[in-house]
Amino acid sequence: MADSAVPADRKCSACHSWARPEEDGSVRIGITHVAAAILGDAVYLEMPAEGIELRAGEPVGLIESSYVVFEVVSPVSGTVLEINPAVADSPELATSDPYRAGWLLRLRMADPAELDALVAAGDYPPRPEGEGG
Amino acid sequence: MEQLKETPLVGRHRALGALMAPFGGWDMPIQYEGILAEHRACREKAALFDICHMGEFRYKGDLVAGGLEDVFTLSVASIPVGRSRYGFLLNDRGGIVDDLIVFRIAGDEAMIVVNAATAPNDFSVIASRLNGAAVFEDISNATGKLDLQGPMSRDVLLSLLGREVAAIPYFRFIETDVLGSRAIISRTGYTGELGYEIFLPSDKVDELWSTLLTYPSVKPAGLGARDLLRLEVGYSLYGSDLDETITPLEAGLDAFVNFDKKFIGKEALLAQKPKALSRAKVAFKVGSRRSPRHHYEIFADDERVGSVTSGAFSPMLGCGIGIGLVNPASASPGTPLSVRHGNVTLEATACTLPFYAGGSLRG
Repeated sequence: MADSAVPADRKCSACHSWARPEEDGSVRIGITHVAAAILGDAVYLEMPAEGIELRAGEPVGLIESSYVVFEVVSPVSGTVLEINPAVADSPELATSDPYRAGWLLRLRMADPAELDALVAAGDYPPRPEGEGG
Repeated sequence: MEQLKETPLVGRHRALGALMAPFGGWDMPIQYEGILAEHRACREKAALFDICHMGEFRYKGDLVAGGLEDVFTLSVASIPVGRSRYGFLLNDRGGIVDDLIVFRIAGDEAMIVVNAATAPNDFSVIASRLNGAAVFEDISNATGKLDLQGPMSRDVLLSLLGREVAAIPYFRFIETDVLGSRAIISRTGYTGELGYEIFLPSDKVDELWSTLLTYPSVKPAGLGARDLLRLEVGYSLYGSDLDETITPLEAGLDAFVNFDKKFIGKEALLAQKPKALSRAKVAFKVGSRRSPRHHYEIFADDERVGSVTSGAFSPMLGCGIGIGLVNPASASPGTPLSVRHGNVTLEATACTLPFYAGGSLRG
């Protein structure tokens, strides 16, 4: 079963993807436990090729389960350095272990300041608008 | 919207954390742990399904004199007592009102097991074709149904109920005592595995469910896994692959139509039989892990030839699989097809059924 809390070293987007800055200056991208729960067991994954440039907020690929097709939206802009080979072989990792073995891709960020605009781990998932307390 | 109906196990499902969703007017468990894990449990060990939503009718009286013999595409009177048979209830155009199994309980008694969503209509259609000389009643509310399916299902029932169960051949059943009540244990199912359908009083379902789940080899499984399991072995799903506009000939299910007897819809089928069908069932494998989905369009040589009626990713085959209705020329195994939806194109190849033949069904 997927974790139900975001690790503290991640930042999340409202589109249920996460980003984690790596020591080499790149950033790792995946989907959150909320997306994983919506999907159930992933069975198919479509990711961009290495070298492709992605823009924050735009669809970069998709994950399918038996009943759901989920569009993965990149939380930040950048160039694709690597697709997780493990998840390409076993798409179910994206939903069974979305914060660790199921990461999707690694990017060279175009603008590291974009991370500041994302939601902190402790504030995710964002509370729906209008919900008080 | 009408209130969803609940099986006696709805509280158990919620306690197990099941994802619940409407199916055929019922609030049903789609998955517990996950569709893939539940699918694997059924293929490798044993899976337990709550199937209390399905309908059961009881007919008591002379099968021929009361009119039942002429209702379905199968001959009820020729089923030996203790066996069951699959067939159809048709409309006068030959369209499938429902697919069902008839159990020959006694010389003058039969139980008819039908789909949940169609049960109320089935009951009135069947009743309208009987002449009132026999008792015909809807026993769905009083009857619970649990399916135990998978290669280890026999060992589990053997341990729970004794040796009598181990000897039941495929499409036969026994009536026996289960937890102090009369139950029917039928060697049938919808998964392609060795398995049993257990009919028992609905007030005993909870106890049997809990008892079966105490066996380490048994996992609860939802309708999501059930749909995947049935598609891998090529079984049709009413409402997706079959409906009132589709005849058994188009659905490739001629084997379950007995033309040597009377039934409503026979004339329409006889008229359709000698002609080239305008559409036929096709089974196909996708060249990737991507799932074809209901209503996706099927193309051959860039021409639209039909549409998908069921599709999924098959864990056993490692690729997308589907069935659909197409122009018969495109249904031959080996035909290259492309399955399209919006800007999605899945390359596929027509194939034979079943997709997966390695099950323990006849084990």
